[in-house]
Amino acid sequence: MASTEEAVVGEAFEGLSKEKLLELLRAMLVSRRFEEKTAESYQMGKIGGFCHLYIGQEAVAAGAIGALREDDYVITAYRDHAQALVRGVSPRKVMAELYGRIDGCSRGAGGSMHMFDSSVNFMGGHGIVGTHLPIATGVGYAIRYRQTDQVCLCFFGDSVVNGGPFHEAFNMTAKWELPVVYIVENNSYGMGTDIDRVAAVDELFQRACAYQGKRAEQVDGQDVLAVYGAVQRAVERARTEKRPTFIEAQTYRYLGHSMSDPAHGVYRSREEVAEERERDPINTFVDRLTEAGVLTDEDVEAMDREIIAEVEEAAEFADASPVPGPEEIYAHVYSDEYRGGPDGRDAWR
Amino acid sequence: MAVITYRDALNRALREEMERDDGVFLLGEEVGEYDGAYKVSKGLLDQFGEWRVRDTPIAENGFAGLGVGAAMVGLRPVVEFMTWNFALLAYDAIVNSAAKMYHMSGGQYNVPIVFRGPGGSALQLAAQHSQVPDPWYANIPGLKVCAPATPADALGLLKTAIRDDDPVVFIEGELLYNVKGEVPDGEHLVPIGVAEVKRPGADVTIVAHGKMVHVALQAAEQLAKQLEVEAEVVDLRSLRPLDTAGVVESVRRTNRAVVVEEGWPISGIGAQVVDDIQREAFDSLDAPVARVSGLDVPMHYARSLEKIIVPGPEPVIEAVKHVCYLD
Repeated sequence: MASTEEAVVGEAFEGLSKEKLLELLRAMLVSRRFEEKTAESYQMGKIGGFCHLYIGQEAVAAGAIGALREDDYVITAYRDHAQALVRGVSPRKVMAELYGRIDGCSRGAGGSMHMFDSSVNFMGGHGIVGTHLPIATGVGYAIRYRQTDQVCLCFFGDSVVNGGPFHEAFNMTAKWELPVVYIVENNSYGMGTDIDRVAAVDELFQRACAYQGKRAEQVDGQDVLAVYGAVQRAVERARTEKRPTFIEAQTYRYLGHSMSDPAHGVYRSREEVAEERERDPINTFVDRLTEAGVLTDEDVEAMDREIIAEVEEAAEFADASPVPGPEEIYAHVYSDEYRGGPDGRDAWR
Repeated sequence: MAVITYRDALNRALREEMERDDGVFLLGEEVGEYDGAYKVSKGLLDQFGEWRVRDTPIAENGFAGLGVGAAMVGLRPVVEFMTWNFALLAYDAIVNSAAKMYHMSGGQYNVPIVFRGPGGSALQLAAQHSQVPDPWYANIPGLKVCAPATPADALGLLKTAIRDDDPVVFIEGELLYNVKGEVPDGEHLVPIGVAEVKRPGADVTIVAHGKMVHVALQAAEQLAKQLEVEAEVVDLRSLRPLDTAGVVESVRRTNRAVVVEEGWPISGIGAQVVDDIQREAFDSLDAPVARVSGLDVPMHYARSLEKIIVPGPEPVIEAVKHVCYLD
């Protein structure tokens, strides 16, 4: 893997404790099992709207968020279930949000694309491609303004690198030396368009070269330890030197862009997807851990059973949670007593 | 009471609020070293330093989004657009991010931010630099919208907007910066969503906001002199919330109304005001409500045509004569 400054070579397991390794594995497994349950519930009609699953990309959220402190900030795009879970939003709250229930992390107002939880500094869940990159810049600005040593971690998809907000955000973040770590989850496809068909750059991380002071690095996004290592270095640099970093994590999504889209078809072949599944981030990490004697197969199975039970319980919780009542309609349009709509405007509703 | 310009009133509002709350900061093109394209931020960089008075690149969507992010974690940004024409590039940040964040997050992330700058036409700036953005923002739930006409309201409304916990779109008049008026000496706050009678009168209500308040006042003076018609001029001051009660109260006394705006007629602010009047004061009306607006065209550069396209006192006088059955 390449870097604009130097080759980055991680040692085996990055010197991490067994506890940390298990945390990373668990984060990936929770993401996987949760999304499998989400697909099932969606097909049963319990979840509506646009719903983008994360299956195949788990190492990116797990490795990246695993390198953060509790008081750091996380912001992402609409493929946000796993980021929320890894950041510490409970499966119950995320599933209830998908079900459009009052116990959801956004009280049923956001749904799949708009997960928020201020108690763990999880800042969404943004549905317009690229729009949240300048928001992350603003969080970085606020950190420097207040002279604290937090970091903002911003995830986004590969299509973002071709749009204006990417460049506007990168320019300001680099110029004002803001502690933001940007990580592109390059799964090669913007919906059904191969990135190579629309981007005038082969390696996305090279896009950061236009901005002095912004370090860029490319990592194997299917290797949770590689992601963890890269983000940890970037976070440290942001904390101590107030410098931003751009990380390209090369990953792959196994399913369609959203629940409405096919997994393969005109833009990619069934064989390609099958081939990519061979470097599954969870299976390869499990193999490394068991081969090194960190875990046994039984340990992994036990963890998996426990997670499946937790996800099933989350779905039951979501199903039992009340739907939002009409009192929620105007509840959070404004934070003061102004309700919106002149008196009588909707008297016939 | 001191007499100061609209520009200096805005400057005073910014200075007072930045002194009061160290979370308030200003960002935008040319706001620092250059003192602002219209000199609204004169002297603020020297007093508060670059982290609180930030010159930005010409990247409206970027720095507006930056403001949203900073506001989500508790700062109180004031984002200056050199003009609202350029803010079209930031419409996504304002509408999709700022206005919806509190709602989408189930009440977890409010966005205490002010977006401000001049709107409306000035003099011969042609189509892309001469337009009225007011209805584009007044239509959006989650935003509040102010459009002050006088120095006192500019001061009091901007201070209130900065203290508001929700996003406020603050539309100044490009031709109002040099307008002078009396401003209270001490702390002066004007509530958002409350109209004000700028000239009392018994015969007809003229509703206006921003620059058109001055046009309405000129028309009212001429009406009094020429026809002995006493027009009451109601300045909306805010477009969301809209002070329906204030407008209706006046119309119930005068029984006639003319609604004036600088912008385009279709789905304009005036359409909303007229709907409020017909709904709440139908039985008080002695004539159908008349609207005066800018003409339904992109602005011409030629001064000869610009003067026709932007409403002056003449069409307002004609509309008043019409609703008073004097034409």
